[in-house]
Amino acid sequence: MTLTSTTRVELQQLAAQYPQPRSALLPMLHLVQSVAGEVTAEGITACAEVLGITAAEATAVATFYTMYKRDAVAQHHIGVCTNTLCGLLGGDAVYDALSARLGVGHNQVNADGFMLERIECQAACTHAPVMTVDWEFMDDVTPGTAVAVVDALSRGEQVQATRGPVIRSFVATEHTLAFPLDGLAAADNSVDDKMLAGLRVAQERNMSAPSIPQEH
Amino acid sequence: MALTPVITEFWDDPSLYTLDGYKSHGGYVALADALKQDPDSIIATVKDSGLRGRGGAGFPTGLKWSFVPQNDGKEHYLVVNADESEPGACKDIPIMIANPHALVEGVIITSYAIRASHAFIYIRGEVPHAIRRVALAVEQARAAGLIGNDILGSGFDLNIVVHAGAGAYICGEETALLDSLEGYRGQPRLKPPFPAVAGLYASPTVINNVETIANIPYIVGRGVDWFRQFGTEKSPGFKVFAVSGHVKRPGIYEAPLGITMRELLDYAGGMRDGRPVKFWLPGGSSVPMLTAEHLDIPLTYEDMAAAGTMLGTGTPMMFDDTVSVVKAVTRWLEFYKHESCGKCTPCREGTYWITGVLEKFEHGHGSSEEVETLVTLCNQISGRSFCALGDAAATPYPAALKYFRDEFDAAITTSADEQFNPSASYVFAEAVSR
Repeated sequence: MTLTSTTRVELQQLAAQYPQPRSALLPMLHLVQSVAGEVTAEGITACAEVLGITAAEATAVATFYTMYKRDAVAQHHIGVCTNTLCGLLGGDAVYDALSARLGVGHNQVNADGFMLERIECQAACTHAPVMTVDWEFMDDVTPGTAVAVVDALSRGEQVQATRGPVIRSFVATEHTLAFPLDGLAAADNSVDDKMLAGLRVAQERNMSAPSIPQEH
Repeated sequence: MALTPVITEFWDDPSLYTLDGYKSHGGYVALADALKQDPDSIIATVKDSGLRGRGGAGFPTGLKWSFVPQNDGKEHYLVVNADESEPGACKDIPIMIANPHALVEGVIITSYAIRASHAFIYIRGEVPHAIRRVALAVEQARAAGLIGNDILGSGFDLNIVVHAGAGAYICGEETALLDSLEGYRGQPRLKPPFPAVAGLYASPTVINNVETIANIPYIVGRGVDWFRQFGTEKSPGFKVFAVSGHVKRPGIYEAPLGITMRELLDYAGGMRDGRPVKFWLPGGSSVPMLTAEHLDIPLTYEDMAAAGTMLGTGTPMMFDDTVSVVKAVTRWLEFYKHESCGKCTPCREGTYWITGVLEKFEHGHGSSEEVETLVTLCNQISGRSFCALGDAAATPYPAALKYFRDEFDAAITTSADEQFNPSASYVFAEAVSR
């Protein structure tokens, strides 16, 4: 795949956001990954050229971070948290079921363009076991509901994140990570029952913080 | 002790994430007040409030700010650490999704106080929904003249950049975060110099956690006396606790510091199926575990330290008696091994060896000598690594051994899965073929 002039302009825009352009390297790598579904040699070179660093220097960074992929994720990235809490609460079984369904193991891409990854803590432990699709939240999954999500995606059906927008694609999320104003912030499922658990208890039991002093 | 929603008070208003929604609940009033004050008086207010960093270490926030040399003619920077990746920690991402303007208002006030004209919010890359909501909040604040040049006619200029990381737990370590934000591999720096003197681009930099910064509008807007009604002398204020694990109602519970785990557990509906607490961790996998006998200790920095652990991120993980502690600890060490940045030998090699030995125990092939070998390995990492990741990796095993030595002894011959049926720990009833 060849980077378009649009992408090259966007790379320049990212570099211009920072007092020192090299600070843009991580978002720039997300951007080139949004074109190819992986960080290609061409993408590395494009980033390096914009920043005036060598391809080796850019590669050293790209290989450090786990979100940058070496195999093209043509369709969807499926993450399952198998860190202690999610894994023991059922994430291990979710991972096994998805691995069987997709026919691949950790960090592998199947023939349909789905990558499966054992991910580390996703900062959603209250919603364990946690799965992600293109890094959008799929909270509180079971082996059955996780496989059903993959089945629906495979049939091209619309799938809604549990907290977040309708699932798009891996590359669309990667573009969001470079340019986050994607118009999808409104998703009305964003704040769910678990995020409101304490507030609801407080409301039921008439609990509140001390009142605000008048002089303030 | 009662729950006290402050940061979470209006989370049931679906418009709270917008500028209008936030303003309808009093948002950005504190900013207008702050910009009329001398920056030093805001630093003094935050110092007097006693606010301590909510990222895990609990360092006094106002003190950290005061380390930035003033009138030095150098550019100053504020960097928000939104790399929430500690296993068990899940409170910053909800804050950014539900109430992003509290963070943005805190960033503007803090930048004014430390005289920074550039601020960065470094959010881990794996949470696009939090990133887009914070980015929108920044954009709306910019459009309303709350970010940019001459904010509210004060003469104060500020630019805020929302920056996505790319998957590296180590970037939650503040100096690794700076290297990452400069476009390098995220590896920690030698301290001193500390970031307050030589941080981002070798300039004075304050790095604060999301929840810490989200406290600032409430402290500045409502005052030190109001803030100190919560918590204890050494741990003032309120805390966004995230309770996870085998509880009936896992979720976000905001309460004063000093509430006990038993009280929080009661609000969360108790343990599932009335099962007993086997072990729990007050704030992430990097703090030593506790047991049911510790449920009545106040959740403060000082009381947790006295109990031999740390408050950490204040996000308790609760495990019931279906869980194998050998398996839990092994999994955490696999995490630290995976996330070790490789810069220093004790952590890079040590996490490899501890994990290898622990995996033998998990599979029922340990030995009595190796129960002690693991202690030695942990001692050789703790205090000898470049940053706190090594210390953290050396934490789970000694704590587990202290309370559950019999399980490691049993794992010399009996695997974790034979000792504890894995499916008994699952939170769903669905049958699983293994």
